[in-house]
Amino acid sequence: MIYTFGFYLFSSILLASSIMVVFARNPVHSVLFLILAFFNTAGLFVLLGAEFLGMILVIVYVGAVAVLFLFVVMMLNIHMAELKYKLKEHLPIGLMVGIVLFIELIMAFIGWSVADGRAELASPTPAGIENSVALGQLIYTKYFMLFQLSGLVLLVAMIGSIVLTLNHRKGIKKQNIADQVARSRDEAVKLVDVPIGKGV
Amino acid sequence: MSFIDFLPAISEIYLIICTLVLLLLGVFGLGHQLKRITSISLTALVGTILLIVLSPPQGSVVIFNGLFTVDNFVVMMKAITVVAALVSLLLTMDQVSNENDPTFFIPWEYPVLLLFSTLGMMVMISANDFMSVYIGLELHSLPLYVMAAIQRENLKSTEAGIKYFILGAVASGLLLYGISLTYGFAGSTNFDALEKLFASQQIISIGTLVGLVFILCGLAFKVAAVPFHMWSPDVYEGTPTTVTSFIASAPKIAAIAVILRIFYGPYHYLAAQWQLIVIVIAVFSMFVGAFGALQQKNIKRLLAYSSVSHIGYALVGIAAANHFGLQAVIIYMTLYVVSALGIFAALLTLRKSGKGITNISEFAGLSKTHPFSAVCMAIFMFSMAGIPPLAGFFGKFYVFMSAVQSSLYFLAVIGVLASVIGAYYYLRIIKIMYFDTTEASLDHMREGTTSKVIMTICGITLLTFFIASDWLLSLSAGAAETLLTSIP
Amino acid sequence: MGVETQNLLMNYLPILIFLGIAVAMSTVFTVAAFIFSKKAPNAEKLSAYECGFEAFGDARVRFDVQFYLVAILFIIFDLEVAFLFPWAVSLSSIGMFGFWSMLLFLGFLLIGFIYEWKKGALEWQ
Repeated sequence: MIYTFGFYLFSSILLASSIMVVFARNPVHSVLFLILAFFNTAGLFVLLGAEFLGMILVIVYVGAVAVLFLFVVMMLNIHMAELKYKLKEHLPIGLMVGIVLFIELIMAFIGWSVADGRAELASPTPAGIENSVALGQLIYTKYFMLFQLSGLVLLVAMIGSIVLTLNHRKGIKKQNIADQVARSRDEAVKLVDVPIGKGV
Repeated sequence: MSFIDFLPAISEIYLIICTLVLLLLGVFGLGHQLKRITSISLTALVGTILLIVLSPPQGSVVIFNGLFTVDNFVVMMKAITVVAALVSLLLTMDQVSNENDPTFFIPWEYPVLLLFSTLGMMVMISANDFMSVYIGLELHSLPLYVMAAIQRENLKSTEAGIKYFILGAVASGLLLYGISLTYGFAGSTNFDALEKLFASQQIISIGTLVGLVFILCGLAFKVAAVPFHMWSPDVYEGTPTTVTSFIASAPKIAAIAVILRIFYGPYHYLAAQWQLIVIVIAVFSMFVGAFGALQQKNIKRLLAYSSVSHIGYALVGIAAANHFGLQAVIIYMTLYVVSALGIFAALLTLRKSGKGITNISEFAGLSKTHPFSAVCMAIFMFSMAGIPPLAGFFGKFYVFMSAVQSSLYFLAVIGVLASVIGAYYYLRIIKIMYFDTTEASLDHMREGTTSKVIMTICGITLLTFFIASDWLLSLSAGAAETLLTSIP
Repeated sequence: MGVETQNLLMNYLPILIFLGIAVAMSTVFTVAAFIFSKKAPNAEKLSAYECGFEAFGDARVRFDVQFYLVAILFIIFDLEVAFLFPWAVSLSSIGMFGFWSMLLFLGFLLIGFIYEWKKGALEWQ
């Protein structure tokens, strides 16, 4: 009972907030609704038994991706009114694509026939093993190659973002602590004999 | 499992190590020089090619728990891909050593990104599981997006990068969605498991087919087949020509290799289901490519449309779904890459008042000022148009032959029709080079000897292909054999 | 739904109860404030006050691209940490291979970190 209640609660809030992401007037509000959507998706994942994915969604998507989105929204400084104007032009095509995709989805679900010989789908919580442990037993050994390659994808993302956005500004005075520490008394202070009445 | 079992993936491991070392060398101030880093990456690529070619597998080897496979087909496709990457990097090298132009700015990370991209393609070609396909695809596209936008002060280059990235992300999403549908309905993402399933099943669930369509959409984007070709002209135009030479060659081979692996592998049993989709994509690609190119004034946009139509011809061979079709596609893509790289090499040797050529009309009078380049360009154009003694003709001939073998007569006829239309714009360039005159002639040939050598080699290859066609035919037959015998 | 999943969800019951209480209390406070507050609406209260002039432009200013760079580098390391959780809990069963597999992964990111550091991407300008 609670399960069904949870499912409908999370999915209805998820749908409503996703719609608000698209239609909110203020882009910052869109991002905030997106965060709400992430939270509810995490709830749905937990209901399915995919604990780890749910938590990762909260940590990575809410904790990092949403912040990035906020920065991007502020960086681009979008004026929503202009975008709304263009939205009307693109709406028919967008709706058409959406409807086609939706029909395909429905077809896929109506045609849900499991033929014989189909391999058993993996369970999020195999007997006696917790979800994250079960994942851990596969990722690092069975899927070793994919794991390492995803590390390389992250490395490429690092290089790419630095190549594209890092600006070294000229004429910035930075504090160099090593320089400051390495400075000796001789180069910093000079003893001057000032004759009386002459000044320096 | 131990680390010794990874030996069949030695070329990939070698490339990873080289790339990481190169990255560290670059950042620890090996002069922060593009030139030095490029020359080291060239040697790394040569080593990779040697490792690929010199360690041919016995039959087909599957490692990493069924994620990764090596057979003759994989070896051949990988070799072509890496050679294409190598040639493109050589063109960059040439450009770097000659360029005094201060606006020509490419950071030293460029070769590192190119190596990562090549690695991604190799993983993609070797994939024996949809998950490896996806990771390989991401690893090869992510550097490509950055490379497209590498001249970040240049508005067109950044625009190209952003367009490529956004559309690429959508395509990856489609692919991933297709993969998850396939997993849901078929129960596995492994090619061997899928093959067993499809071989034994009489009725295929609609979910699997919808999944297949989504996967095809994602891959069609990577090869820029209609209706997923929109990014191609803008990206070709916006990126620096050296980068374009890479985007136009290696990734297409890799993506076609994946399509072949999927459609001639597990999905071979469902040929009746997907044949029509591939035929439609092929027909539209051929025609949109041909008609689109007719209107272009910019040479790189023209080449983009021409590559769309070439992918269309290659898809004709895939649609044929027979043994010879597989061979024809391999040969067609090889020849396409040779001529594409040749054209880009030729483009890079030509300058007009210190700048690269952008407009087709700037070729006017090329035969007087640069007779040799003009001859090479003419060879490339005739070959791409499919004029008989040249290589391009054989490519098209084999592809249409395979279509006829599968009784797809109308497809062959449509293909011939499209290539007649396509011939018009190739011949128009030749006409401009040989018969148009202009006061503002092109600059003297630059020092770029490498580009000239590459141009010459590509030209000779296309010209003398008919002598060696048997050799390539037997090579591709060997490659096709392993892919098809992997079906029990 | 399997028995395992049911057991798992039972662990989350306190969180659900907590969520319910949080939602209920925040709703009560908002509604109470709305009902019991003193209202004296006035158009002047809503108008812009900018030294006596109408507002010249948008109050929002364009953010520097540096913020974006920091955020994206953070995400990458966040993802790396995400991979550490399942590794930590399953370390006893995946053996030496699993252990070295993670160290290799960390090695790749370490190289990335060195690259970032030397490039000066971590310094605020």
